[in-house]
Amino acid sequence: MKVPFSWLKDYVDIDITAQELAEKLFSCGFEVEELSYLGEKVNCVVVGEIKALTPHPDSDHMQICVVDCGEEYGREIQIVTGASNVYVGMKTPCALDNSTVVESDPKALEKNPDGVKKIKKGKLRGVESYGMLCSGEELGINDDFYLGAEVYGLLDLQKDAPVGEDIKKIVGLDDWIFDISITANRPDCQSVLGIAREVAAVLKKPLKHPAVDFTAHKTTAAPVKVEVLAPDLCPRYVGHYVENITGGETPAWMRKRLALSGIRSISPIVDITNFVLLEMGQPMHAFDADDLGDRKIVVRRAEKGEKIVTLDEKEFTLGNENLVICDGNKPVALAGIMGGLNSEIKATTKNVFFESAKFARDSVRKTSRALGQSSDSSARFEKGVDAYTNALGMARALHLIEELGCGTVTELCEDVCAVDLTERKMTASIAKINALLGIKVPDEEIYGILERLNFRPVIDGDTLTVTVPGYRDDIDNYPDLAEEVIRMYGYDHITPTFLEAASVTGGGLTDEQKKELHLKNALRTQGYLEAYNYSFYSPKDLDLMRLPKDAAERNAVRILNPISEDLSILRTILAPSMLMNAVRNIRRGNDEGREFEVANIYLPRNTLAGEQPEERKRLVLGVWGAKCDFFDIKGTVEALAEIFHLSFAYERAEKTYLHPGVSANILLGKTAVGVMGELDPAIALSLGLDKKVYLAELDLETIKGVMDDAIRYQNLPKFPAVKRDLALIVDEKLTCGEIEEVLMHSCKYVTKAELFDVYRGGQVPEGKKSMAFTLTFTPDQQAEKAFTPETLDGFVKKILGNLKFKLGAELR
Amino acid sequence: MQEKINALRKDILAAMEQTETGRALYELKLKFQAELKTIMAGMKDIPKEEKPVFGKMVNEFKQSMEAAFEARAVIVREKEMQQKYAAERIDISMPGRKYKAGALHPITLVKNELIDIFAGMGFKVFEGPEAETDYYNFTALNTPKDHPARDMQDTFYLGENLLLRTQTSAGQIRVMENEKPPIKILSPGRVFRSDDDATHSPMFHQMEGLVVDKGITLCDLQGMLGEFARKMFTSSTKVRLRPSYFPFTEPSVEVDLSCSECGGKGCRLCKGTGWIEVLGAGMVNRHVLENCGVDPDEYTGFAFGMGIERIAMLKYGINNIKVLFENDTRFLEQFED
Repeated sequence: MKVPFSWLKDYVDIDITAQELAEKLFSCGFEVEELSYLGEKVNCVVVGEIKALTPHPDSDHMQICVVDCGEEYGREIQIVTGASNVYVGMKTPCALDNSTVVESDPKALEKNPDGVKKIKKGKLRGVESYGMLCSGEELGINDDFYLGAEVYGLLDLQKDAPVGEDIKKIVGLDDWIFDISITANRPDCQSVLGIAREVAAVLKKPLKHPAVDFTAHKTTAAPVKVEVLAPDLCPRYVGHYVENITGGETPAWMRKRLALSGIRSISPIVDITNFVLLEMGQPMHAFDADDLGDRKIVVRRAEKGEKIVTLDEKEFTLGNENLVICDGNKPVALAGIMGGLNSEIKATTKNVFFESAKFARDSVRKTSRALGQSSDSSARFEKGVDAYTNALGMARALHLIEELGCGTVTELCEDVCAVDLTERKMTASIAKINALLGIKVPDEEIYGILERLNFRPVIDGDTLTVTVPGYRDDIDNYPDLAEEVIRMYGYDHITPTFLEAASVTGGGLTDEQKKELHLKNALRTQGYLEAYNYSFYSPKDLDLMRLPKDAAERNAVRILNPISEDLSILRTILAPSMLMNAVRNIRRGNDEGREFEVANIYLPRNTLAGEQPEERKRLVLGVWGAKCDFFDIKGTVEALAEIFHLSFAYERAEKTYLHPGVSANILLGKTAVGVMGELDPAIALSLGLDKKVYLAELDLETIKGVMDDAIRYQNLPKFPAVKRDLALIVDEKLTCGEIEEVLMHSCKYVTKAELFDVYRGGQVPEGKKSMAFTLTFTPDQQAEKAFTPETLDGFVKKILGNLKFKLGAELR
Repeated sequence: MQEKINALRKDILAAMEQTETGRALYELKLKFQAELKTIMAGMKDIPKEEKPVFGKMVNEFKQSMEAAFEARAVIVREKEMQQKYAAERIDISMPGRKYKAGALHPITLVKNELIDIFAGMGFKVFEGPEAETDYYNFTALNTPKDHPARDMQDTFYLGENLLLRTQTSAGQIRVMENEKPPIKILSPGRVFRSDDDATHSPMFHQMEGLVVDKGITLCDLQGMLGEFARKMFTSSTKVRLRPSYFPFTEPSVEVDLSCSECGGKGCRLCKGTGWIEVLGAGMVNRHVLENCGVDPDEYTGFAFGMGIERIAMLKYGINNIKVLFENDTRFLEQFED
């Protein structure tokens, strides 16, 4: 909300600076996001009077002026000008040596985007010039600011402008614009008057309310009747008939107010509607009454397929959800958004029907969004307009009609109102207000604050009775009054306490949350960096993983209004995000890396009908680099299995995105709980990756119940464990897992069987390989002596026998 | 014989002087022992009456030589050590060998720190669903369908009354529906808004705090946030409340902390104001309590919500929110601890 300082001063006697006022507004809930000075670019420009003119000896169009800029700046300043409208006795803006004005040359603006032009003394074709005489454009103003500002040539100031006066004071540039952020609960402050009410309250000054009186004249004209068929979307519709419209000019004071808000003057009637919108926050509309068929206004939902052309000559096809204002036959306005071209105010308009209404904010918002059509009015309606202001705004508009003398206010008026307009009284306990705040605000402070905010408070003992101002729809219960009190009394009165009245509670993480944190820390110690990816990606990410059309992962929750297709479906699998992390890193030259992410996947249920998707927590690992292989990522999975006491088994996996020979399902019992492996080289090739990428994904939701990170100490054996190495010649197709299985189960003292070498060639026959294992034999807790070499030989003999029998393995 | 022994002593002592290594000394000792053996063997040819003298002489020779060997051994060991030291001398300016640990993401680090701070004050941690119903995300939080506050947040919709939660406040309702006061919960998690530009990410994280009990006041909110600010930032961090608006709190406040960069004097980080906007808070709106079946005349409470990314960016001096989600290892590695 932009509010000019000068305009606020119309309603409140402000005796502090703009900066001080910004501070005051900030402390009572109105953050001034920007405070800008209108005349920022214009400096050292004063009123000068042309005393004498002589032609330039070397130019046929330039003249040498003697300018009187007053005692302070000089009575006889020589300035050369090329403007043809200069004359002796003219008063015009004079930019002195070392002054600044607004850059208006488009070419210069390209080089100098801050738009400030510096003026220095210099010679123009050999003649000294000690400054520059200015046009309106060079001050950055138009006719609405100062009449004549758009004239080509020098700005011809009024004769009463005192010489030597700062030009900003003369043309209205000595002003500040407050850009105030208004919270959603205070739509009443989306207007100059609304802010003025707050300013009056915070400065403890009276509010000079704008005049709203008018005289209703008798008329012979037939009335315009209003019928509201959709009171839910239009709770109040106030209409008034004004006749004998005259054209003419809008007065300078109003044009300037509009100009300060960036609105051009059009005609008195249109200017009045815009002025009331800015001043009161009430969007107004004026229909040419003679265009209204059957002299009727009907507020109703549009019929399907009904059309309207709005003032800006755009045609819209409407539906039942759009509210329209119609005459007896056809739509004449898109309610709250824009009037229709068929009933607009024209130069020839004789009679006007003013509209000041309340439209449901949701309805205006939906129509505005759906049609892509918006206006200052629709923006205001979306924030909320109150029924009180409907009548106030109309009265103000009618007052202005009289003040500007641009029409005759008649007695023909309509007010269709479904809102209860009786004043709302509220009572509250002062003790409860203080209890919520935690401090004791003196009764007289509470009274004074609410009085200044127009609540007409009455205090009787602990009972506070207020009458809620008609424009304060947000006030609902005593906490709202507490807020009114504290924001004016000052939040600096709130003193820190530490839950003096509250019960003691135990806090912290649940066991499940603790395990997740433990998991993350375990991965951190394994050298992994934690990643955070968006919860959504593109169907193309699933394409990249070559997931078939009927793959379960393809069944994803779609965002109905995504930012883009790239962020349009919720993740059903985390691996694509991790792959993209690896790709991004490799492309940036981060050749090696290990990352993990713990996040939810979302599995659809009947989502479109409102059923929440299933959220399952998952872990994804990514490892890439020139030196890593499958066993790096498998090692991580095994390490997690050790920490959380999970006995995983592994079987070959078939995943469209993993290398068929270098991937495995991770099983817990018979259930697949995850998968790991090398990114399929074909996908790597398509991504142009020169490093291998390994991915693993584990469904934490399935395993969280059996994840057990408790530490249980086991007594150390009295006698040390003994190691024996065995090199075996086995069939090429035999897996390490199969051999391990036999090694571990052939002798109860074998506690570990670790592969340390695989060898092919040399004395190893074709189709065979040599695999060497270190076996660890651990004596029982209760053992009374260490293993003798003979005992160990016996174990090994038994193991070898088993290996030969079950796998055909020979000792090398 | 005496002469022979003397000659031998002289020879061996001379040779001993030359030994530099333990090995040479050992070999010399073997030689000496062999010579000694020969001398001893000559004992049988010595007349019986001379034997005691001879024996004494040989014994004295043996003992004195062994002492000499012992003394030399100490010297040789010392020499050998000196050589070893010289031979093993390294260039200590060469780089050390580090075991490379990983790192948790700054969002996790800040989340953990926040949980630690508030868990110590008796807060439990509750994580609600990320795909929420309209009711929990908006309606129950006093933000009905036509409420203008809905415009404050651009929402991703998934279906009829189903959306990606725009705020962790949704968790407040789920807790209050299931638990009776006293309630102290923290609700951290992912939230989503359809906003994607230089300073906004369509996904970010919030941490919501809620206290509901008898006699909770705005002063308590100020006190608790002060405690949080001092622990999270510096012990001299100050808290400033100023009026604001959220549909689910009344009164609502914006909470500013004194700038940790300049200590409140005004700098680029705080745009010269000395204060940094960090979180939103307020006294829980009566309607919200009523919606959850908590009697607002018996209980009051406060709630606060903060952006975890915002805290992380302030704490670590990160100036671009996007870098938090790019997962560049050069970024992530900086958070090793």
